[in-house]
Parts: sequence; structure tokens; C-alpha cells
Amino acid sequence: MSAAPQKTKPGAEKIAVTVAAVVRVNDLMTRFEFKRRDGQLFPPFSGGAHTVVEMKDGEKTRLNPYSLMSSPGDLSTYAITVRRDDIGRGGSLFMHRNVQQGDDMTITYPVNLFSLDLRAKKHVFLAGGIGITPFLAMIHQMEQSNGNWELHYSVKTKSLGSYVDDLTQMYPNKVKIYIDDQSQAIDLKGLLDGQPLGTHAYVCGPKGMINWVHATASAQGWPTECVHSEEFLAPAPGEPFQVRLCKSDIVITVGEQESLLEAIERCGVEAPFLCRGGSCGQCETDVVSADGEFVHRDHWLDDEEHASGKKIMPCVSRFIGTSLELDR
Amino acid sequence: MSKFEFPPSIKSRPTYGTLEPRNGTAHLFIADAQGAQAVIDVCQKDPSIAKFAHIIFIPKGEDELAEDLAELGAAQLYVGPTYEAAISRIRHVLRDAKMGLQIYLAGSEGLMGQAQNEAVNAGYPHTAIQSEHRGSTARRMQCVHCKGITEDVETDPFVCAHCGLNLFVRDHYSRRLAAFQGVCIDAEDHGNVPEQKGIYE
Repeated sequence: MSAAPQKTKPGAEKIAVTVAAVVRVNDLMTRFEFKRRDGQLFPPFSGGAHTVVEMKDGEKTRLNPYSLMSSPGDLSTYAITVRRDDIGRGGSLFMHRNVQQGDDMTITYPVNLFSLDLRAKKHVFLAGGIGITPFLAMIHQMEQSNGNWELHYSVKTKSLGSYVDDLTQMYPNKVKIYIDDQSQAIDLKGLLDGQPLGTHAYVCGPKGMINWVHATASAQGWPTECVHSEEFLAPAPGEPFQVRLCKSDIVITVGEQESLLEAIERCGVEAPFLCRGGSCGQCETDVVSADGEFVHRDHWLDDEEHASGKKIMPCVSRFIGTSLELDR
Repeated sequence: MSKFEFPPSIKSRPTYGTLEPRNGTAHLFIADAQGAQAVIDVCQKDPSIAKFAHIIFIPKGEDELAEDLAELGAAQLYVGPTYEAAISRIRHVLRDAKMGLQIYLAGSEGLMGQAQNEAVNAGYPHTAIQSEHRGSTARRMQCVHCKGITEDVETDPFVCAHCGLNLFVRDHYSRRLAAFQGVCIDAEDHGNVPEQKGIYE
């Protein structure tokens, strides 16, 4: 079996859950804990996996991916931590404002696009802000298997450092915290220099941090196979555009605030997806014809495929031009 | 010298490239026989490498190439009689190595396969290891019946050095064993063994 998800059905299998707890972590972050409504255990997952949470926001269905942060060893609960984004598309605001303990929700089976490479001799985790969440599950997994790991966690202010106290109390010798407003920064060059052969680095955080880690490691001779990252993109707003879906034989309009994938779904056409953030490759769609420019934003297609104009990832990419026909 | 072009084969069969200088904090070269020439080529392409290079060389009779390697001015050069004699050194180097090390393998398939295994066991991704085939096209073969390894097999079929069966040389390769698979060729009709010829004839 291949490691990559092979499903071509729209989305992953779904699980009906109840919100068992809503816990305020700090001014921006809230933790949501889910239990299965049928009382069963959740499916097993590995550190780094995410689930897509379905939010019924009036007329609108929002689908946002969140990393599972609970222990892979405890399948009675799935937990996520959501950072409130006041200028985002509204998913995180909905979670913060509308979701309460006891609510019924639907989430998808977990999918892991950011897994540990267990061939590594040592794992170095680099987290920025809310990027801590996948590492919390990975740390549980490492501790259960007596893995060799360390965490370098950069936060804006002490009060916004989610789970900083838990981590430093539990693992005082493995966790180092860097607080931005106290002028503390990760000495990345020094940190990467001298790591034993077989070390893998994992980074989750803002785009700038991810690029910085990849570039610095590469300049110091680290094989690209040894540096792992995850960044979920939110679809960016843009000018509305029209698309003809050939197989379905309809013309749809993608609104300013919705993604191409969301517009396809809104019009009743089933399209495959898993991560909805430009990483997993599941929604890859063939372009039949196009007159205009693509705005590719995914991490899936390579530069050549982006330039070819033959493929698009509708979860995060858009189009500017006079006509676009897709094989969907 | 011209390089041997392996005929296209099944996916399991390893393929090799041409060593290119890579950015790194240390450089480990493991080579045998004609492989030395590939090491010399890459060190001449980027003369800054030698100063941080550790070269482990098994001449297999190519003693002049060992002298050529010595002229590169590598940080360390070890010339050993056999791969087996060099293993403890290779393991020691990998155990002490830091990230930033670049690994280059050159020479026979048997040497490159076994050295790759050592690097992988040390946690280095096999896809990040560079390798270049030079010299002998002999293969390291495992008998699927008795599991014994016969080194430097040049003919097909050949006789297993351990159990004496007549073995057919397959392209089916095991990275874990660093060996190709040899399967009894006259199991159904004992004694009916095709005439021996070179593997690539």
C-alpha cells in the first residue's frame, strides 16, 4: 500500500462527534475536545495528522483542517486547538464564537501529511505560534516509543505561548521556549550545526519560518529528505471568475470570498478533497482550456506543472481571465 | 575511460549517476578500484572539497589509483585490503558524523550497495547518497536457496559458492542485502544447465 491517500471519493470518511469540552488556552487560542457520538473509539492516528472540521455557519458550510494535538495513545478523544483569526475567512471566528460544549459536529477521518520519519535517529521540532499543535501529538508518540526528540518553540509573547507551561514542566530538558517580545530568537544555524547524522528537522509555523528552516538546513548540507514542514493555506480572496465544468456541463461563478473548490461544491458537483490547504494533492483537476492567467498557490504541483496551465488545485488556487474549462 | 551503460531493467535494479560536488560540512568517499577515478573527478570539479574529505579506498589491485588519490590532499585517506577490513572504519566514521556530511560512493555495485546500507543504518536517507558506477560489472549475488552470498559474479549462470547449486542471475535486487537474487536454473530438470556466458552478453 502506498503511503499517500488513494481515495478519489469527495473528502474523507466522516465521523459524527459531540463537543465534549471547550477550553480557553489564552486570548487567541481555544481547545476543542471531541467524543464520538456512537460511543466508539476514534480511528488510530499518528502524530502530525489533521482532521477537517465541518462548520454549519447559517447557509454556509465551512470546512477547515486542524492538526490533531491529543495523544495518539488515547483514542477516546480527539482535540484541536484553534487560533482566532480576526481578519481570516471566518472559520476560526465561528469556532470561537459559536461552538459550545454539547454541540454536535462532523469531522473527517484523520489524514497525515506531516508524519514522523521513524528511520531518523533524532527528531528536532521547530514550532512557531499555533504551529505547536502537530508537535503536541508527535511528542506524545515519541514519549510512548522512547524516541529521541527536542522542541524549539517560538512564541510572540509569554501570555500567547500556548501550552508553554505544560511543555516546560513535563519535559524541562527537551523543550526550549523563545519569546519574541523579550528578543529571544532561535539560533537556527547553531542549532542545526553539529546535530548527529540521521537527525530529521520538522517545522510548522508561519511561511517565513518554514522557508527559513528549509534554506538554512540546505545551506548547511542537510539532505532535503531530512527537513519536513507543514503549512495549511487558507484560500485567498480574489476577483470573481467564471468556470465551465465540462463533465457536469454547467457554468459556475466563483465568488470573491470563496475558493474554486467551495464554488464547485456549492453548485452540487462532487469533487475530491482531503486537506483543503494545498498540500495533499487530492483535488488536483485537469484544465481543458484556459484563456487567462492562473494564480497557483498550492504546495502540490511543481513549477513545471504550474507553468504548463494543464492542472489546477481548486482548494487554494484561482484564475484571472476570460474563460476557463475544467475536467470536472 | 568510458562508463558501462547498464541495459534498462526492472524497477528493483539500482541505477547510478555521476558524482557532483555538493555543499556540505564534511565529505565521505567510499570507493573501490576504478571508482577512485570518479572521486578524483569530483574533487577536481570542486577543489575546496578535499580539505574536508575522508576517502576510504579499496584498490583491488589498482595501486596506482591509490597514489593518485593521495595527491588530492584529502583530510584523511584510508587504503585497505578488502571491504570487510574497511567496515569497522566506515561504521566509526558514520557514528561520529554530523548532519551536513555528504556521502559519495564509487566503483563496483557490491561495494556501493554495502556502503549505502551502512549509511542508511546510520540514519542517512538512501535517496540523498550519490553513487557512480566505475569498473567491474561483477555482481554480489545471494542464493535464494541457501542464502549464501557469492561475491564478484561475472557469468550467468554461476555456481553458488556455498551450496553448489547452478544459479540464474536475476535483476531482482535487495537493498537490505545489497545483493541480486540467484535462483536455481535446473531445479525441474537436474543437470540441464545452459552454457555459461557473461551477464551482459
